[in-house]
Amino acid sequence: MLPIDEVVSLSRLQFAVTALYHFLFVPLTLGLSWILVIMEAVYVMTGSPIYKDMTRFWGKLFGINFAMGVATGITLEFQFGTNWSYYSHYVGDIFGTPLAIEGMAAFFLESTFVGLFFFGWDRLSRVQHLMVTFLVALGSSLSALWILIANGWMNNPVGAEFNFETMRMELVSMTDVIFNPVAQVKFVHTVAAGYVTASMFVLGVSAYYLLKARDTQFALRSFAVAAGFGLASTLSVIVLGDESGYTAGEVNKVKLAAIEAEWDTHPAPAGITIFGMPDSKNERTDYAFKVPYVLGLIATRSTDTQVIGIKDLKKEHEVRIRNGMLAYAALTRLKSGDKSPAARAEFDKLKQDLGYGLLLKKYTPNVIDATPEQIAKAVDDTIPNVAPLFWSFRGMVALGMLFLFIFATSFYFLIRKQLAPQRWLLRLAVFSIPLPWIAAELGWIVAEYGRQPWTIAGILPTHLSASTLQPSSLYFSLAGFILFYTFLLVVEMVLMVKYAKRGPSSLHTGKYHWELLDKKPAAPSKTPPRPPLPKPTR
Amino acid sequence: MIFDYETLKIIWWAFVGVLIIGFALTDGFDFGVGMMLPFVGKTDAERRVLINSIGPTWEGNQTWFITAGGATFAAWPLVYATAFSGFYIALMVLLFSLFFRPVGFDYRSKVADPRWRNAWDWGLFAGGIVPPLICGVAFGNLLLGVPFHYDDTMRVEYTGNFFQLLNPFGLLAGLLSVAMLLTHGATFAMVKTEAEIAARVRKIAIYASLATLALFVIGGFWVARGIDGYSITSMPSANSAFMPLAKTVEITSGAWMDNYERWPETRAIPVVAIVALLLVAAFGAWRKARLAFICSGIAVAGIILTAATAMFPFIMPSSLDPRSSLTVWDAVSSQKTLGIMFWLVLFFLPLIILYTAWVYRVMRGKVTLKHIADNEHTAY
Repeated sequence: MLPIDEVVSLSRLQFAVTALYHFLFVPLTLGLSWILVIMEAVYVMTGSPIYKDMTRFWGKLFGINFAMGVATGITLEFQFGTNWSYYSHYVGDIFGTPLAIEGMAAFFLESTFVGLFFFGWDRLSRVQHLMVTFLVALGSSLSALWILIANGWMNNPVGAEFNFETMRMELVSMTDVIFNPVAQVKFVHTVAAGYVTASMFVLGVSAYYLLKARDTQFALRSFAVAAGFGLASTLSVIVLGDESGYTAGEVNKVKLAAIEAEWDTHPAPAGITIFGMPDSKNERTDYAFKVPYVLGLIATRSTDTQVIGIKDLKKEHEVRIRNGMLAYAALTRLKSGDKSPAARAEFDKLKQDLGYGLLLKKYTPNVIDATPEQIAKAVDDTIPNVAPLFWSFRGMVALGMLFLFIFATSFYFLIRKQLAPQRWLLRLAVFSIPLPWIAAELGWIVAEYGRQPWTIAGILPTHLSASTLQPSSLYFSLAGFILFYTFLLVVEMVLMVKYAKRGPSSLHTGKYHWELLDKKPAAPSKTPPRPPLPKPTR
Repeated sequence: MIFDYETLKIIWWAFVGVLIIGFALTDGFDFGVGMMLPFVGKTDAERRVLINSIGPTWEGNQTWFITAGGATFAAWPLVYATAFSGFYIALMVLLFSLFFRPVGFDYRSKVADPRWRNAWDWGLFAGGIVPPLICGVAFGNLLLGVPFHYDDTMRVEYTGNFFQLLNPFGLLAGLLSVAMLLTHGATFAMVKTEAEIAARVRKIAIYASLATLALFVIGGFWVARGIDGYSITSMPSANSAFMPLAKTVEITSGAWMDNYERWPETRAIPVVAIVALLLVAAFGAWRKARLAFICSGIAVAGIILTAATAMFPFIMPSSLDPRSSLTVWDAVSSQKTLGIMFWLVLFFLPLIILYTAWVYRVMRGKVTLKHIADNEHTAY
């Protein structure tokens, strides 16, 4: 029995909630771990204790965030089995492998050494401790690599074939799965976005100390690390932006057309719609403001490759759905016991369209008896909802541009040693702290919502993937997640703000602002004049 | 590939077993320490001693659980799909209880308010006792068989509910699991603590090991006499790929004892577990912390292996439709995937054990009240 629509919708909602929530913590872990490596490397090379304090203080904030990443990550490792059991059966032969490797090759490294990062300071030599920090950072980025190989495969399922004997997809080439171009682009884009997030976090919090004129030496050095790392990372995110990945794989072409609201196929190179109001019903974009050539250049990296429009994609899909019906008929024949070479050849010829046939399961369980109306509905299903993708993508890109501006100007004023007077920039940095998270979440919405109606692009529709569960079970789990996650987020934010405000004084070294203030007798006069920012010493 | 499919299938049964035992051996004592935390630690400082005895290493230990999950997905996709969706509510409760640990360890000592710390201690208690209880109940129910079946597209339907898991045998298995890991946690704390705390956990280790022994023996007789076992009556060649529905299975009383009759040398496994449990109590009484800990580790491995050996080749028998039962022969991935994963495990598992051992070496030594006082702001 297929899961009812309510169960599919609730399962999707739960996965979206738990994955987006997990990704509130992942980007900071990805980036901050490398920032810690940079700070500690400077400490090891120069022996300057302020860099040790920087590593330890930002490490404390790293720890608060890391705990949440671990807590929310466990959910995702098991949720494919709990809520997407047909998916797990259907593609586990391929999809399970990168997840297992992630555990063995990456997450083990990260989580075994993270304890030593916090508690090994007095038990390890400086170089040993730096190695430990490096392994934590390496582990977290490798972890992202394997997860994105898994996710890349969902978007562009290469190196696999359907086996009718076992009724599932089976691995043909592990090399193809690992070197999937979509996965590689996704990996670079996602980890670089994490590095941007962490850089903005350190930049913004340091800017706060600079604005308050406290612990300025500490803050300036942190600001400098963040500005440099952030500038390099933002450039990577934008230049190696993942639009180039969207030309690989059938369903990614649909995603690209939807993101860009390209209803018709235009002669190459296509223009880009900077702004407009996509109207899915009439398949047009109102008030469109277009810049010629740009989309073709960005998306295809060429001047002569077309970006195929939604209307033409739909025509292609109708052909594939009709072929899929034949594939389903051939599969039924094989499964009824006729395993003659002719029957096998017939199925092999059609099986690349089996997934498109399965789209019809939503409307008719037998697939082969679909009416033209049902086929038309299935064709419509193959195009994701354009407006949310169009807007999410534009929001993400606009934020990316803002980050580039902030890091570039910060870097500029820093090397000109004119940072202190730019209070507007420091304020902008503080208020921009939450923005990379918004950009990252929008990015995931584009990536995952844009893959609909598939879980595995062109292979397995979402509505077939879900477990056949009772709605009451899903209400229970969803309520539990929302309750726990809200509670934990409040606790995490309270601690994060508390420690960020307290700054390096939370290390109890006796060297920083609040502790020095506590030692001094209360100032007799009003607030003392703000001291000028010292220039960074080199 | 140097192995045929049949051999790989058996190797993967062993690998998943190694990962589950690795999880129980390492994270097991974290659970054990968690469940005695509010009772053994009378003051905040004492509780911090216990927390810091596992604090620097628990995270790596939990990764055995994550990796066992990932490896099950890769090697036994049908088990991953069927067990986790079937035991849906139980698994969700397990996940919810696990949330308390990473956050509890890191956040507890960051605020001085005793109410805050006390609340997290109970959170860590929940995170210590609920997972072993649920895992134990789940294993008990695997021995009983669970109600599920597949349709012709291999979609699973599970017809039981959460409360049916809480049957007498399932609960016994849950208690056994809790007692076993309490023993393990207590012997670990004997090694890592001193003075009064060490004296308290020593007592717990002795009593808990005897309770584990009693529950294990009762469970053994129950399996032999009280519940039905499963056996395969016909199936395609073990060397081929086939779906669960292609075999036939019968349910007979005492069938879980067949393997022990067929391979009499396997009877050593439960005997070793029993002897190890007795030695835990003895070494506890003689104040030999390290030896007690080693023996509790042997007992943990022995108890899990005893159940796994009884069930082999079954992983998840179906009481509703015995043909649907999942076994090492038909719940597995393709030969290619098993082969690739074999080499990866062979490479990474020793590496993991090596660097984990190094981390434990670096963090060796007892955690004392003085250590907590000296590291007021950096310790958990």
